[in-house]
Amino acid sequence: MSFGVLIAALINLNGSGHYLHWGFIQISVANLVVILLMIAVFVLAILLPFPRRKRRD
Amino acid sequence: MSLDITTEGDASSSEESRQWTARVRNAAATAFPPDRLLPDRQPAYMASWIYVFGVLTVVSLAWVIITGCVLAVMGPSWWHVSGLGHFVNSLHLWSVEFFFFFMVIHLWGKFFMAAWRGNRKLTWVTGVVSFVASIAAAFTGYLSQSNFDSQWISTQAKDGINSTGAGAFWNVLNFGQMLMWHIVLLPIAVVIIAGLHVLMVRRRGIVPPFDIEPKDHGDTPSAAEPSE
Amino acid sequence: MSPRKAKRFNPDRDVKEWAGAYRPYDILKEAFVALVAVGVLIVLLAVVFSSPDDPAVTLKSWSTSDPVDFAQTAVTELDGTSPLATYGPPYNTTPDVTQHIGFFEPAQWIGVHQPINTAQDFVIGPLRTLSNEPLVQQALDAYDSATPTQQSTWTTAYEKAVANATDVHGRLQVPHARYGPVGVVIGSLTTMAQSGGLDGTLLSQGQFYNTNYTKPLLFIANGSYLNNLAGAQHLQGTQWGMMNETGNYPGQAWLWLYTMWYQVPPMKTSTNADLEVWAIMMALTVVLIFLPFIPVLRSIPRWSRVYRLIWRQHYRSLA
Repeated sequence: MSFGVLIAALINLNGSGHYLHWGFIQISVANLVVILLMIAVFVLAILLPFPRRKRRD
Repeated sequence: MSLDITTEGDASSSEESRQWTARVRNAAATAFPPDRLLPDRQPAYMASWIYVFGVLTVVSLAWVIITGCVLAVMGPSWWHVSGLGHFVNSLHLWSVEFFFFFMVIHLWGKFFMAAWRGNRKLTWVTGVVSFVASIAAAFTGYLSQSNFDSQWISTQAKDGINSTGAGAFWNVLNFGQMLMWHIVLLPIAVVIIAGLHVLMVRRRGIVPPFDIEPKDHGDTPSAAEPSE
Repeated sequence: MSPRKAKRFNPDRDVKEWAGAYRPYDILKEAFVALVAVGVLIVLLAVVFSSPDDPAVTLKSWSTSDPVDFAQTAVTELDGTSPLATYGPPYNTTPDVTQHIGFFEPAQWIGVHQPINTAQDFVIGPLRTLSNEPLVQQALDAYDSATPTQQSTWTTAYEKAVANATDVHGRLQVPHARYGPVGVVIGSLTTMAQSGGLDGTLLSQGQFYNTNYTKPLLFIANGSYLNNLAGAQHLQGTQWGMMNETGNYPGQAWLWLYTMWYQVPPMKTSTNADLEVWAIMMALTVVLIFLPFIPVLRSIPRWSRVYRLIWRQHYRSLA
């Protein structure tokens, strides 16, 4: 089995893309997922409690 | 306070102070004493996960460069004809995606912290400039793919660039030119600007929180060196 | 040295430097852990999703898949009516076509630095390399020696006829009309393209090594074939294509604001849209760079109070 076959994508993102239309806005599902992920990670980064460490004055 | 680092056998201090080498060394040592350049402590107010996005951006850039170097070893056509090459190309693409992902979150965090406060404006400026330089580097990367995407992006982008007059010299349809900007000139620019940004962070320190009980301080206190 | 002037404390510009507690922090260990963690994520996504590689269009693949579109494009390159032939700087000196904002017309000022003569570079020059084809050379001689008016009559007639041309097993069949030698000229250019010879000739430009694809790319971009492929992948300008990637891959989400301006009036219908959008984005970039110096904008972080969440542990410890 060639290395190329071994490392072919597990999820094939080629093929026709999925797009959403909202008024004059057109956005791909992929880009929307990335943007929503960024917002989610940002919110989580701010909200998730940060482990407390012993203070050294 | 300047740190004059002298050892036995050095020239006399008056001659040293005229030397470029001594002056640069002393200025660097003053601006970046070792425990500021490589600190082993941080202010107690740094208690949020938002603070990790700077280092995540830097390590993503490291992976972009490492994977780019592997692609460079075999040349720009390798990834079209080799499964291993295609995999390395995938590593390069996703490291770029992570680079921008973390960088934008880092930008949002620093904006909401108003991280330019207290003589840290240059830290902010170098950060935004490295963002813009990174976009240019990513753009030339798309042009260097040597596939349908490169063809479409170049023939479309040419109109925007030509309208400014820059297209007369910066020709996005010239694969050789764009490849060299992508692998030589723009990485050097991004690394230098991002490097200056990190040095500024080490120089000025991490911005303290807003006071939540506003006081009229009268004189500005921020001219002093941060007390780390 | 004069004493420093006392400035009023501005909470959006100034800060009282930290004189409080510190905690241990291993900067190199953090960087190493981050390097490994991000490396693992990158390998994971590369294994799961790979990366797109839609093959490039060539003059050969274009003329083979759609010889009618190729011929229609080629005749407009010959008679100088193609989008490229009428583009203006940096390719040629077509007057009154460069974009401008008021008197600011940079493309016109800088002028032609990538000169292209579409008739010569895309049609006549490549066909002249076929010195062993006497019929082609005779057609070229007949075209070259005709008056501009006669040439125009022939190319106009060919454009009308080729609109009804058919593709019979990849061969171009153009209805007969009074287009003189232009039929042979464009027909043989199409055959040359289908053989792959035109790709090589247009790229090499007489040099052995050439990495400048300006001419073949501009020729391909003038046709509908590349444009239709792009439209099918949502890559066209009106489709917010600048943000997109082929297939279902994420593209360049950070270009959302750049492409958005093209979708709204007046840029949406402006002939100067490219320069206008550049100007807007340059202005916004300058604002972002110099944000710390700009009142009101630099107060938004304090007004939004998001910082209260970021530093909530610190504020609780003060209380």
